[in-house]
Amino acid sequence: MTNEAVNDAELHAYVDGQLDTARRRAVEAYLATHPDEAERVAQYQQLNSALRKLYEPVLNEPLPTRFRNQKTRKTYRLAWVASVIVSLFAGGIIGWQMHVVTAPRSAVPMALIQQAAFAHVVYTPEVRHPVEVTAAEEAHLVAWLSKRMNTSIRAPQLQKAGFELVGGRLLPADGRMAAQFMYQNSNGVRLTLYVRRDAMNSTTAFRYIQQDKLNMFYWVDGSFGYALSGEIDKAKLSQVAMLVHEQLER
Amino acid sequence: MEDIAEQLHAQIPRLRRYARALTGNAVRADDLVQDCLERALSRRDQWRPDSDLRAWLFTIMHNLHINAVRRERNGPQFTELLDEDNYVAAYAVDGQLQLRDLETALLRLAEEQRTVLLLVAIEELSYAQVSVVLDIPVGTVMSRLHRARERLRGLMAGNKGQKLRVIS
Repeated sequence: MTNEAVNDAELHAYVDGQLDTARRRAVEAYLATHPDEAERVAQYQQLNSALRKLYEPVLNEPLPTRFRNQKTRKTYRLAWVASVIVSLFAGGIIGWQMHVVTAPRSAVPMALIQQAAFAHVVYTPEVRHPVEVTAAEEAHLVAWLSKRMNTSIRAPQLQKAGFELVGGRLLPADGRMAAQFMYQNSNGVRLTLYVRRDAMNSTTAFRYIQQDKLNMFYWVDGSFGYALSGEIDKAKLSQVAMLVHEQLER
Repeated sequence: MEDIAEQLHAQIPRLRRYARALTGNAVRADDLVQDCLERALSRRDQWRPDSDLRAWLFTIMHNLHINAVRRERNGPQFTELLDEDNYVAAYAVDGQLQLRDLETALLRLAEEQRTVLLLVAIEELSYAQVSVVLDIPVGTVMSRLHRARERLRGLMAGNKGQKLRVIS
């Protein structure tokens, strides 16, 4: 046992229980002959236990409501979005990891649907943080999203269909950026418009998919993919989708 | 997929504890936890099921916290007008008072030292895990840990036999 070999790092590792048996014994032998160092190690140990004692009560606090809701509501909702996606791939050849293996042409709408659906279920139940930037700062929202997505992007006006803008947020999408705009009607029903930039440059018709209560219209227009999601009936959602399309036509 | 939501939920108490120690404020801590959970859900495909969920969550939380700290430095400062959690207990029994002094001392540590100390001492992560979570070399973990402990020890040693107090 070479006492000289014990360094500061090992004293810390000793305090934190991160040494193997041989080194632990070496440190103990060293401390037995170096009372000042032993005192320092004792203080480190007291510090560890004081810190744990200080914050331990947090572990036993009842969870605030916002986290209790998280479980019941989000888990349930995520479970059925999973089923939306699984049902889309019912052909059986493509799994959840499809973006790894499939051709870009089919992958883009699928990725669009997945990401838009997730973003919808994750953010629409939010009470405190439904959006990053609220409609009160619409000019800022539009300027910010346009800058981050490197294109001019607008929030369509949907008042004609009874929906007011709540705000929007920026989201990651396969290494690119996507934007989500959220709208709400007087009954508190929320819609989201997901806009994603893609390099595929094609144009598709409106497509519709539905699972349980969630309806979605999606389409690709030039280098942009759009998905409008909401738990409202198909006819009403289609009317909103037309409204969006008219305003975003480039 | 239901799985990850369940697993995330199970981590909430520990995330709240770490966030509380990190921010020193109950409301901000819970905001941080909520943002962390949302981000984890939105990036769930980046998490490998065989890897350590908790370390991944701490990484996310650390990045959110650092960004928030930077934003605050550059922007207006917000202070909770009434945060009973932080003040009422300061007048409790002696032992409690001592711990509150420790909390105050902790909040005076440099952010980078505090983060390392908390992950090691409270969350009991290995040095290697801390290195991954904070994206710094293990050597840096060790030197920050050392400085954090020496700083706090200095505060304790200056008050031997008395309650731990912070001299400002």
